[in-house]
Amino acid sequence: MSKTLYDKIWDDHLVHAQEDGTSLLYVDRHLVHEVTSPQAFEGLRNSNRKVRKPNLTLAVADHNVPTSDRSKGISDEESRLQVETLEKNCEEFGIKLFGMDDKRQGIVHIIGPEQGFTQPGSIIVCGDSHTATHGAFGSLAFGIGTSEVEHVLATQTLVQKKSKNFRIKVDGKLSIGVTSKDVILQIIGKIGTAGGTGYVIEYAGSLISSLSVEQRMTICNMTIEGGARAGLIEPDQKIFDYLKGRPMAPKKENWDKALDYWSKLKSDNDASFDKEVTLDGKDIMPMVTWGTSPQDVISIDGRIPNPDNEADEDRKNSIERSLKYMGLKPGTAIKDVKIDKVFIGSCTNGRIEDLRDAAKIIKNKKIAQHVYAMVVPGSGLVKQQAEQEGLDKVFKESGFDWREPGCSMCLAMNADKLKPEERCASTSNRNFEGRQGRGGRTHLVSPGMAAAAAISGSLDDVRKYQN
Amino acid sequence: MQKFKTIKSIPAYLPIVNIDTDMIIPKQFLKTIKRTGLGKNLFYEMRYNEKGVPIEDFILNTSPFNNSEILIAGKNFGCGSSREHAPWALLDFGITCVVSSSYADIFYNNCFKNGILPIVLPEAKIKELSEYSKRKEEIIVNLEEQKITFGNNEIDFEIDQFKKKCLLEGLDDIALSLEKNPKITEFEKKLSSNKPWIFND
Ligand code: SF4
Repeated sequence: MSKTLYDKIWDDHLVHAQEDGTSLLYVDRHLVHEVTSPQAFEGLRNSNRKVRKPNLTLAVADHNVPTSDRSKGISDEESRLQVETLEKNCEEFGIKLFGMDDKRQGIVHIIGPEQGFTQPGSIIVCGDSHTATHGAFGSLAFGIGTSEVEHVLATQTLVQKKSKNFRIKVDGKLSIGVTSKDVILQIIGKIGTAGGTGYVIEYAGSLISSLSVEQRMTICNMTIEGGARAGLIEPDQKIFDYLKGRPMAPKKENWDKALDYWSKLKSDNDASFDKEVTLDGKDIMPMVTWGTSPQDVISIDGRIPNPDNEADEDRKNSIERSLKYMGLKPGTAIKDVKIDKVFIGSCTNGRIEDLRDAAKIIKNKKIAQHVYAMVVPGSGLVKQQAEQEGLDKVFKESGFDWREPGCSMCLAMNADKLKPEERCASTSNRNFEGRQGRGGRTHLVSPGMAAAAAISGSLDDVRKYQN
Repeated sequence: MQKFKTIKSIPAYLPIVNIDTDMIIPKQFLKTIKRTGLGKNLFYEMRYNEKGVPIEDFILNTSPFNNSEILIAGKNFGCGSSREHAPWALLDFGITCVVSSSYADIFYNNCFKNGILPIVLPEAKIKELSEYSKRKEEIIVNLEEQKITFGNNEIDFEIDQFKKKCLLEGLDDIALSLEKNPKITEFEKKLSSNKPWIFND
C-alpha cells in the first residue's frame, strides 16, 4: 500500500501497537529546556528511575535567560532557580547541557538543527509546542507535555495514536519582499487555528522545495498555530548539505549510511491524504496579524475587519473581543496603525537569514524616534555569525538594541516585555492576549516587515524599502 | 494518579472560543519547579486586575462557580503552548472535567496524564448544557457509563476506551510502558544495526 512520509516514519518507529491503535513509538532525539522539565526529573527521582538514553537527549536553558548583560547571572530568583535546577538535573542524570555561558546556547529549536542533532526520518520530541520546527528536515517532530517528557526520559518511547494525513501544496514563486513567514501566516489564515487539529501536515509543491532550509523551518515552526500535531517537508539535497559536518551529524561511514536512508524519505506518488489544500505563490502578500489569534491575519494592504459582517456568532464575539484588546477600530487601514516596539527574534525568525533580511531593509536608515526596537539572535552561534558579517553594526547604527540569545520577548518570561497597551511588530509566532506582556498588543510579521515598521513607526509594507 | 470518580458539581460556563494555554496559566507562573499551587493563578489575567485584586464578575470568582469541578468552554480549548501547567492549574483549582466541542491535541493528552476528563460534545449539546448551567444546579458526569446527567436529561459521550481505562484505574503510563521493556530493548538492537548513526556510538 502506498504511504505518506508520515506513515513511513511512524511505521519505522513502532515498538508496539495495541489493538485499538494506541502505539508505543521509539524516540530518536529528545530536547529538554528548563521550563517544562523540572517536574519530569522530579518524577524520575521519586520513582527511582533513570534516563534510559542520555546521549539521545540534549538540554539547554532558553526561556528564562536574560538577553542583556549576563555577567551577573539571573537576577529574578525564580528564573534563576529554574535554570539551576536544569543544570543540577542534567548533571545528576548525565545529560549534555549547553549552559548559559556556552556560546552554543540558544533557543532549543535553533540549536537542534545548528548542531546536527536534528536529522531526517527521526522522531524528535521536546516539551515545547514549537518542536514542529524540526519537521523542516523531514523528521516527525512534535511538542509534548511534562508527563510525556518524563515518559520519554524513562523509556525513550512515547505512547501515541496516529494522526491523519494533511497535505498543503504551495506552487509557484514568491514575489519580492514576501517570505516563508507570509506563506505560513496565509496558510493559518486559510485553515484556521484548529484547521490542522488531528492531522500531521506535509508541506509540498515547487515553492516549498525552492525555499532554503531556514525558511522551511519558519513554516514548520508555526504548524502548531494551525493546530496540527506536526508539519514536515520531504528532505532533499539542501537539507543534506546543511547537515554535513555539523558537530552532531553522522560522520564517515555512518554519514554514507544515513544519506542512503535519508534520500529515500518521501511520500509515495500515489499516497492518499485525508485532506488537501493548495496555494499559489503569486497570491501570497506580505502579511500581518490584527487580532489575538494567529488566524487573524490580513495582507499589509488590508483593513481591520468589521465584526458586524460576521454571520457566525462565535466568530463575531471573538473579533469584538480581539479588537477591544488590540485597541483597534473596524475599517482602519492596517498601515495606519502606529507601533511602539519592534522585536526581531524567536524560534520562528531568529536565524541568520532572518537577521540578514531585516538588516538589508534597515541598512543606512534610522528607526522612527518613538520606537524601541530589539534584535535577539536565536543562538550564540547565530549572534557570532551575524557579528562576523557586521550585521550587529547595521542594527545598532539604525537604533536597534543588539542582545544576547534566548526566547526573550517572544513570551516575555524574562525582563523583556511589553507594557499594557504597548504595540509591537514582532517576528515571533503568537499574538495571544498577554503573550508579550500583560495588556501588550502583538502584530506578527516577517523580519523584513518588522524592519519596515521600525523605520516608519507604523505597520508598513516591506516592498516599499526593497531596492 | 488519582482514580477518576463520578463527579457531581455545578458546572461553570466560559463562553469564549480558542482559550489558549497562555490564558489558562500565563507565563509568569511557569517558573515553578512544582506541579502544585497553580490553582490560585488559573486564568490569572481574566481573574485579577493589574493590582492583583479579583475581578468580581469573572465566573470562577463568583459563588457557587468558585467551587465548580466542571468547566464548559468554547471550541478549540487549550490551544497554543504545550505547558502542562495548564491542566495542573485546573486540577489545583479543583476542576477535573472540561466540556468543549474540540480541544488542541497536546492539551487533550495532557489532561489524561493528570486525571482530568476532557469531554467532547457537539456544539448543540454544549449549548444545551451551558443554558442549563445558568440554573446553578448540580450535574453528574459518569465516566464508567459515559454519561452526563442534568435535571431529567442525559447526554452520552464518546471516549477512547484505553484512555477511559487509564483514568478509571488511575494507571501510571510509565509503569505500563516499562512492562514492554523487552520489546524496547529488542527495538534498540535492531536500530543500532540498521541505523547506527542514531546512537552515534
Ligand atoms: S522562542 Fe518563543 S516560541 Fe520559540 S521556544 Fe522560545 S518561547 Fe517558545
